[in-house]
Amino acid sequence: MDEIMTGAEMVVQALKDQGVEVVFGYPGGAVLPIYDEIFKQNAIRHILVRHEQGAVHAAEGYARSTGKPGVVLVTSGPGATNAVTGITDALMDSIPLVVLTGQVPTFMIGNDAFQEADTVGITRPCTKHNWLVKDTDRVAETIHEAFHVATTGRPGPVVVDLPKDVQFASGSYVPPSRARTGHYAPRVKGDPEAIARLAEMMETAERPILYTGGGVINSGPEATRLLRELAAATGFPVTSTLMGLGAYPASGDSWLGMLGMHGTYEANLAMHGCDLMINIGARFDDRITGRIADFSPHSQKAHIDIDPSSINKSIRVDVPIVGDVANVLGDLLRVWKERGGRVNHEALTRWWAQIAAWKAVDCLAYRQSERTIKPQYALQRLEALTRGHDRYVCTEVGQHQMWAAQFMGFEEPNRWMTSGGLGTMGYGLPASIGVQIAHPDALVINVAGEASWLMNMQEMGTAVQFRAPVKQFILNNERLGMVRQWQELLHGERYSHSWSEALPDFVKLAEAFGCKGILCSDPADLDDAIAEMLAYDGPVVFDCVVEKHENCFPMIPSGEPHNKMLLGDDKTRDAIQKGGAVLV
Amino acid sequence: MSSLQIKKGASRHSAYDLRDPNAQPVERHTLAVIVDNEAGVLARVIGLFSGRGYNIDSLTVAEVDHAGHRSRITIVTTGTPAVIDQIHAQLERMVPVYAVHDLTAEGPAVERELALFKVGGQGEKRVEALRLADIFRANVVDSTLDSFVFEITGTAQKVDAFADLMRPLGLIEMARTGVAALARGAA
Repeated sequence: MDEIMTGAEMVVQALKDQGVEVVFGYPGGAVLPIYDEIFKQNAIRHILVRHEQGAVHAAEGYARSTGKPGVVLVTSGPGATNAVTGITDALMDSIPLVVLTGQVPTFMIGNDAFQEADTVGITRPCTKHNWLVKDTDRVAETIHEAFHVATTGRPGPVVVDLPKDVQFASGSYVPPSRARTGHYAPRVKGDPEAIARLAEMMETAERPILYTGGGVINSGPEATRLLRELAAATGFPVTSTLMGLGAYPASGDSWLGMLGMHGTYEANLAMHGCDLMINIGARFDDRITGRIADFSPHSQKAHIDIDPSSINKSIRVDVPIVGDVANVLGDLLRVWKERGGRVNHEALTRWWAQIAAWKAVDCLAYRQSERTIKPQYALQRLEALTRGHDRYVCTEVGQHQMWAAQFMGFEEPNRWMTSGGLGTMGYGLPASIGVQIAHPDALVINVAGEASWLMNMQEMGTAVQFRAPVKQFILNNERLGMVRQWQELLHGERYSHSWSEALPDFVKLAEAFGCKGILCSDPADLDDAIAEMLAYDGPVVFDCVVEKHENCFPMIPSGEPHNKMLLGDDKTRDAIQKGGAVLV
Repeated sequence: MSSLQIKKGASRHSAYDLRDPNAQPVERHTLAVIVDNEAGVLARVIGLFSGRGYNIDSLTVAEVDHAGHRSRITIVTTGTPAVIDQIHAQLERMVPVYAVHDLTAEGPAVERELALFKVGGQGEKRVEALRLADIFRANVVDSTLDSFVFEITGTAQKVDAFADLMRPLGLIEMARTGVAALARGAA
């Protein structure tokens, strides 16, 4: 027999039945019945954020660091519209989220009621799917379906819009075991013929490369294990997108570093010069490909992706394989081993010698300073002093994000949370709180720029209230660094609105929130200051005052191919000493 | 010319490559999309087209399986082969979509459209309109002393041709249903 309960009770029961432990949210008029039910129980922990965007990013951090879906609860109207940026961010980066929004009562929908917004209309293009539930009997089933859709296939955010009268009314609860989850069932098993063809190509490839992405991490631990096995068994070099960092360990023998606009010289030239590119769970994003017409012109390309619309979207591939990464890699390894597990050793040796020559360029070199802290140096020290810790790293968006990707090494998946596709400034601080809530004893660092950080700094209140000892490591150059860099390089050094003349005193700001502030501006003090941050048992805002005009290199200017990388500007040319500023 | 004076293909002023990678010949395709007949499903499908910059030449939608709660959306679109493939894949991955059939690519198909034409006039023109309607096998569904409403069924081209003939004879307005299409044969 179905249990009779109110819609609000069903919401909480459905979340419990889905194994939800944490909800990030903010109450308001249209979700009061659900908050009333949350008040009456202890199984689900509610984290009160300071702004709905923060709730969504926190849920993203939670989801990314655990592999479980993140859950958000916000009210109607502005609650829902404030969540839109986070929802879009999750869609672009394939993060599973279930966002529950309150709605005005069904009989008032369309009347421009107080705090009414067309939530399903607004979120239709930025969700994987969404539902407006007009009938209490459908509440539980819809929430179960929402979890199914968010976590199946290519993960993504979903929205369930719940009018207030539906929350108050009674209906029968449907448990997950009996819920219809619709017909949504994306294919996970790859085409055997295509897999056999790829195995055959792997045997003869002279200059192969594994180009991995966030799909490996989304596929789960088995995909990571199989990727490592594949790389070890074949000796093929591995590079990764921003989203895929950690799937293959940064200390691994086959690691070339990140590729793309600010990727390493060796990774990008290997992509340009390869003869077999195996794309595993990446999507040929424009930050990766540069100019399409000149992208890796001499290679045969294979593409493993669970989303058929990612295949042939921007780059035509020779061997498309629609399926789940773990499933396909398992089949690929088995088929390749059955065929003898051969690779072209002689050619691979030559390929690695070529890669070694590119590596010798030392593309991440920068000119050290004894007077100011170079941002790269700050991150090298942060990396060195935190390497042994159980560590999670989040970032905001901009130069510091790229430097963090370049200078911090990731050995395991789900340890790196960054806004890749949407590039959302203000992502990192709330995301770090979500990560810390999921991993209370871990070291969670948000590498930030001061401009990004200010966009959601209100969430320090959340960190303090819920005792999340997140470390906010702000590389403060008093500039919108990446904007400034583009203006310098591409817009005639006209620095239009790319600096702030009224930054807060971050130490006082930290203290105002009730946490610890640390200021460091001298490279000689940096190690001690980082040690002080790590030793403090609570949230810290670390104001690391860095060189104001440092540019992030290497860089592929937009619309250029991989072999047209900029290695450094005039100031760094001497430090690089390897063929000048522009290598072709 | 754009007031920004960005040279076509210039990349140095943009965060993106401004050249159009889809500069290939465009094709016309008829797609049949079988969907759950749920609230917002049509908005979802056409939102995909507007959001991603695809064309809709014609759109027809109605429930076709009441018990199964399914609707059939017939869309006539134009695009390069790569864009048509993308549209197909983008539609197919939508949660309420059961199946997508590219009727143009999958083999022979029949396409029909229904249209109503209101033609006004007297004397010679009125007689001529009636004569042409007969040739086109159009039915008269309403008649006054100085107007007819014709109902015509056929391919979009036939409807276009009939419209071209009616225009000089006093065409007042017309209503078209958009294309309905089915693959030929039993499969």
